[in-house]
Amino acid sequence: MKEQFEPNVVAFLCNWCSYAGADLAGTSRIQYPSNLNVIRVMCSGRVNPLFVVNALQQGADGVLISGCHPGDCHYMEGNFYARRRFALMKELLEYVGVDARRFNMSWVSASEGSKWKDVVQGVVEKAKEAGPFEQFRRNKINW
Amino acid sequence: MNNKPKIGVYVCHCGINIAKTVDVNTVTEFASHLPNVKVARNYSYMCSDPGQLLIREDIKNEGLNRVVVASCSPRMHELTFRKTLAEAGLNPYYLEMANIREQCSWVHEEGERATGKAKKLVAAAVSKVRLLEPLQEKEVDVEPATLIIGGGIAGIQAALDIANAGFKVYLVEKTPSVGGRMSQLDKTFPTLDCSACILTPKMVDVASHPNIELFTYSQVEEVSGFVGNFQVKVRKKARYVDVDKCTGCGACAQECRLSGRIPSEFDVGMGKRAAIYLPFPQAVPAKYTIDSQRCLFLTRGKCGKSPKCVDACAAGAINFEQKDEIAEFKVGAIIVATGFDVFDASRKPEYGYNDYVNVITSLELERLVSASGPTGGSVMIGTGEDASVPREIAFIKCVGSRDKSVGNEYCSRVCCMYTAKLAHLVEEKIPGANVRVYYMDVRAFGKGFEEFYDRVRREGIRYIRGNPSEIFKRGDKLVIKVENTLTSTPMEDEVDLVVLGVGLEPRKDAREIIDLLRLSQSADRFFLEAHPKLAPVDTATDGVFLAGCAQGPKDIPDTVAQAKGAASSALVLLSSGRVKVQAQISFVNEATCRGCGFCVEICPYGAIELVTVNRMGHQVSVARVNEALCKGCGACAAGCLSGSVQQKSFMDRQILPQIAVLGGMR
Repeated sequence: MKEQFEPNVVAFLCNWCSYAGADLAGTSRIQYPSNLNVIRVMCSGRVNPLFVVNALQQGADGVLISGCHPGDCHYMEGNFYARRRFALMKELLEYVGVDARRFNMSWVSASEGSKWKDVVQGVVEKAKEAGPFEQFRRNKINW
Repeated sequence: MNNKPKIGVYVCHCGINIAKTVDVNTVTEFASHLPNVKVARNYSYMCSDPGQLLIREDIKNEGLNRVVVASCSPRMHELTFRKTLAEAGLNPYYLEMANIREQCSWVHEEGERATGKAKKLVAAAVSKVRLLEPLQEKEVDVEPATLIIGGGIAGIQAALDIANAGFKVYLVEKTPSVGGRMSQLDKTFPTLDCSACILTPKMVDVASHPNIELFTYSQVEEVSGFVGNFQVKVRKKARYVDVDKCTGCGACAQECRLSGRIPSEFDVGMGKRAAIYLPFPQAVPAKYTIDSQRCLFLTRGKCGKSPKCVDACAAGAINFEQKDEIAEFKVGAIIVATGFDVFDASRKPEYGYNDYVNVITSLELERLVSASGPTGGSVMIGTGEDASVPREIAFIKCVGSRDKSVGNEYCSRVCCMYTAKLAHLVEEKIPGANVRVYYMDVRAFGKGFEEFYDRVRREGIRYIRGNPSEIFKRGDKLVIKVENTLTSTPMEDEVDLVVLGVGLEPRKDAREIIDLLRLSQSADRFFLEAHPKLAPVDTATDGVFLAGCAQGPKDIPDTVAQAKGAASSALVLLSSGRVKVQAQISFVNEATCRGCGFCVEICPYGAIELVTVNRMGHQVSVARVNEALCKGCGACAAGCLSGSVQQKSFMDRQILPQIAVLGGMR
């Protein structure tokens, strides 16, 4: 039963590095699991911690935030904000009992198509190990 | 106007790129049942004229007021489709794209899964597009001037083109003279033009052009602002020589106590200079500079009784009190032409570059064969009385290129041809010399290259396929250990001189430019262009362009071509005089803002300030966004405690539905 579980991961990618890196993976026809779906934001600094909690509430089994490498942010320091917020939120979520394997952060540059594949594989694998997430689940989608 | 969303969804086949894996009919059928979707269609190429016409017709006939295009990456065609909407009279920001090619059909071979994911992506786009708001694109004036960083041939060419078009150019060069790497070369392949003869007139033009302000021995310290309106701060380092008085006579350098004792950068250490120096005879400007790291007076405060250069200078140009100066100006566009470093051959210890005097790099040989070089153009090993003329000469190519062990997987593109050129020059300078070239492959791809390579081989230069494993000394000869990979025979070759064909590397100080302009690097660590095919001189930062080897190794013709490309891209901006600025910026709901100032602290651009407003008779402070400064990163929106600061097109209430769809749909 556990082997058949296909996790659902929501990812927030910055437009300049990670989204471009994911595009490059596509252009290079690098194959990776289809369990992860991307929401594009201009900067990882735009990712409100609320988004992560919301994704888990809505039914995601894992979340990924990915931005430019530290120091390479297109907006100078947005990825540092993202990192700081992520660190705080991770502690909070772990405190309320959410498996730490469900939330991930990575740095993927516009030239790292193959790294993007590794990141997706890792994130999906971890979500798979953590199993289906029911704790926060809302009963219905409210849009 | 009735603003109830009427959405059109357009699923692109992209030929077979999408349709091969994603079942476009299923996706279209699925999309047609999504809330507020009026029309759902698929078509072979949405970006083509008929594809765009399809959208325009539907907007007109079906009264669509929102559009979702499910095709390639928005980084590819978002602008195309925004234009389509605008042409049909719809606000261009009523568009959302679902990336079902780069992030779906191309990365998931399995059709059912790819189709499932495409459905989710389309549903997420539909959920967002319903809530998008129309945005107005603001235009600002473009400052009619350009900053060019780097005074090599790329920077020189770009500067001349822009200046000739009638616009102001600020050309900033780090070293005391313009000219760059090209000035160090003797002849250029494949035509054997004298490098200096074709370069120096351009150097002189740059210095004398009325539209060009030349900053040599200077560095860009700070760049702020945005496309069309960059503020630039340049540090003019103290030369300790008054350039208005210096006549360039050189008496100071002759008298300097350190004359002939400091390795010359221009001659890659093969020649020597003084502490006060002109980098090379044709330097522009022909003004001397005191090396503050070396000068006895500047480092120790004492130089004999009095500095000899001061006594020697009839013009009284030497001024030890000189201080760095800061120049500030505004430009509309920036061209980065910072060039490259040559590979440090000591990183391949098996070739003994550090151990043997007769193992030299190609750039060193370039100085040796040059008439203006340290030996006056004769190829010699060693200096002084021990100097000898080599008879047996070997070139080794791909040193530091196509070599994963040193982290350079790329081909440096010039080594094959400069090796052929240097081999030819050596053969010419030393009659009867035996010259051979060890190579992995010969890449003679440019105009006239193959013909030149052919000519060189006919002149008697032997090409031996093999990558030497080691070089060691035996008697007074060097022994090259190598396997001839065409005959599969290991061999040892005794030679007098080994020339390492070193590759091109990104500059060690590239980080300074990255930090200054927020540029990205590609996997080879050169600066990343906006698109490898269609935007090879643009960068991700609007208004910043690339020219020359800063973007990747290239030869002189390619560098000049790219410099002209960068110049023309800058001129497009300057001559139109107006530029559209980012519309997807932040805004504040002043009614709910509590004036805590978190966003003010967060904003990396200082674009938010607290202002006092009258709220029902009370003076309260609220945040306000300066629209000209905001770059639209959205960091403030994520930090706002009350959700009062939002980013247009990326508002919480626009992103949350996407999350709901992607999280909730199985």
